[in-house]
Amino acid sequence: MAFAAFATTEAQPQAPRRRSRIALFLLLPGIAYLILFFLAPLVSLLLTSLQQPNEFGDIGVYDYGFNWQNYVDVVSVYWEHIVRSFGYALVATVLALAFSYPLAYFIGVTARRWPLLQGLMLVLVIAPFFISFLLRTLAWKQILSDESFIITSLKALSLLAPDAHFTGTPFAVIFGLTYNFIPFMTLPLYTTLERLDLRYLEAGSDLYASPFTVFRKVTVPLSMPGIVAGTLLTFIPAAGDYINASRDFLGGPDTQMMGNVIEANFLVTLNYPAAAALSIILMAAILVIVGVYVKRSGTEDLL
Amino acid sequence: MTVRPLPQDPIVRSLIVQARKAQLNRRTLLAGGGAGLGALALAACSGGGGQAKPTAAADASKTDATLNWANWAAYIDEDDAGDYPTLVRFTEETGISVNYEVAVDDNNTYYGKVKDQLALGQDIGADLVCLTDWMVSRWIRLGYTQELNHDNIPNLANLVPSLRDPDFDPGRAHSVPWQGGFAGLAWNKEAIPGGLASVSDLWDPSLKGRVGVLSEMRDTMGCIMLENGVDIAGDWGDEEYGAAIDLLREQVESGQVRNIKGNSYLEDLKSEDTLAAIVWSGDITVINAEAGDKWEFAIPSAGGTLWNDNFLVPIGSPRKTNAETLIDYYYRPEVAAEVAAWVNFITPVAGAKEAAMEIDPELAENQLIFPNEETLSTAHIFRSLTGAEEQKYQAEFQSILLGS
Repeated sequence: MAFAAFATTEAQPQAPRRRSRIALFLLLPGIAYLILFFLAPLVSLLLTSLQQPNEFGDIGVYDYGFNWQNYVDVVSVYWEHIVRSFGYALVATVLALAFSYPLAYFIGVTARRWPLLQGLMLVLVIAPFFISFLLRTLAWKQILSDESFIITSLKALSLLAPDAHFTGTPFAVIFGLTYNFIPFMTLPLYTTLERLDLRYLEAGSDLYASPFTVFRKVTVPLSMPGIVAGTLLTFIPAAGDYINASRDFLGGPDTQMMGNVIEANFLVTLNYPAAAALSIILMAAILVIVGVYVKRSGTEDLL
Repeated sequence: MTVRPLPQDPIVRSLIVQARKAQLNRRTLLAGGGAGLGALALAACSGGGGQAKPTAAADASKTDATLNWANWAAYIDEDDAGDYPTLVRFTEETGISVNYEVAVDDNNTYYGKVKDQLALGQDIGADLVCLTDWMVSRWIRLGYTQELNHDNIPNLANLVPSLRDPDFDPGRAHSVPWQGGFAGLAWNKEAIPGGLASVSDLWDPSLKGRVGVLSEMRDTMGCIMLENGVDIAGDWGDEEYGAAIDLLREQVESGQVRNIKGNSYLEDLKSEDTLAAIVWSGDITVINAEAGDKWEFAIPSAGGTLWNDNFLVPIGSPRKTNAETLIDYYYRPEVAAEVAAWVNFITPVAGAKEAAMEIDPELAENQLIFPNEETLSTAHIFRSLTGAEEQKYQAEFQSILLGS
């Protein structure tokens, strides 16, 4: 273990009794940074979410107040978008896991004998990052447009109805989310699977477990940290994503997610309290969902 | 779960003890509250909804021969080297060096970026900004613009009469038009050989799922209201607007209208996801030149909307005279013609058409760039909205865009 490297076996167990001033001094920039760039904006967001419209004000003019009604309003107007955001994020996370696990297993376990192939495949997983996320999403929009080769072929094969289309539908948005977040799922899975001790698998089969049982009882539990990290890295940004679902990219008017609603309220209708209230709800919901998930999956040490 | 015994390793052991201590107790809660209060004080500095109008910055143009101009993409003549020929000549002539920045890609996002500084009367880093009528109307209403000295802009006499007295800025005291355009119908000539005549043609069942409309509320709603027989420049209210909203909502919910977009609608026209749409005139000239002569633009039979982007001098700019000098320069007909020939939008400068005749006679006949009286009479300007109306109507329109 990393810490053991610094310890000598004969070291006396002595707890540091007084706090070193230097340590506190070194912490100062970090604390100042957090207060300035995390805590202050968060408090400002919270205050904005409680603002009330100025009676005589122009568009976008609000006064500080305690208008908690904003939260009720946004939930009653945008509950569909809230449900949709988490629904899409969940589906995309499950799909990304389903695609990434075999991939990561192949790279991390099967390909161990061929380091060159392993390296090459890792590069292929990471390569999409060399191109902007926006450009890749736009490219998919072109590839999946109505007159594209893929869609016209599917129609010619009668796999799609003649008047069906793909862009602007929930499928397109979930497709985009899954595609864009697969590397975030694959890499953590790879790092845990790469360290998987194959002797455990051998032990499992020595004890007459079927390959499926070995996978279920040995491989999955041992790769749990990777699964949890990967799903969190996918689910959290996917729930707040506003690019894939944007009408300018893969979405349409009936696929709008919370991020799009926040954007529209903030930039177009200048309804800052509504945008702030939705942001707080998004953050709180993610915090609760992630907390429950991590607790249940038994990997608290990740947090 | 059972409590694990502490590990043997002394360093890990002490780390765990430290971590346990750091868990939330009353003291840390109080400390956290203190930090929260500090943050609160910081957050309060960001200011709230004040109503006082900011005051204009002092003009330092005499000693500072520079100018920052924030404009939209592809909105000025540009040569192959990436220079702006008309601007280069302006600098040679006046000695004012211009920092031209493509800083505006959307009225709303630009406003979102600069509004807090404007409210405080600070310099936003631009001395001249080009924004669309309705946004200009908001800036003037909120006192975010400086009053122009028309003595410094003698060429303003070349401004076409129809644009001299908009309802948001009588007498053009605060704003001067830069370029304008129509919103109307465009269609793919191969897919729809018969073309479209009115906005109602967009609701034809054969076009289901292949129709697009603009996310610019005034253009989309303006075209629909005109089709409903409403004079959008005149006196209309909730009833007329509501009827048009209901119509649009029905078409979006039924799937007739596939998407509602800003500038990116051009990609949909090119990829043929959209076959017919409400669009901006200048764009169609550009994509026809780029991707083959495939689309046609027409002002709907019931009329289209006419909009203008206008120069304005932000309240915190210390270079107002320089800005006025530049506006005056671009109101010379020959300069305006050169710009119009490149950007394909409508120039507000009278005499530019005659000047364009010398550059390219065919161009001068293009009704989308140099419209005659007859064409202009079919285009209407969406009336200015009050703050409350803007909030209400925009919220209704956005609810369709968000599918709620």
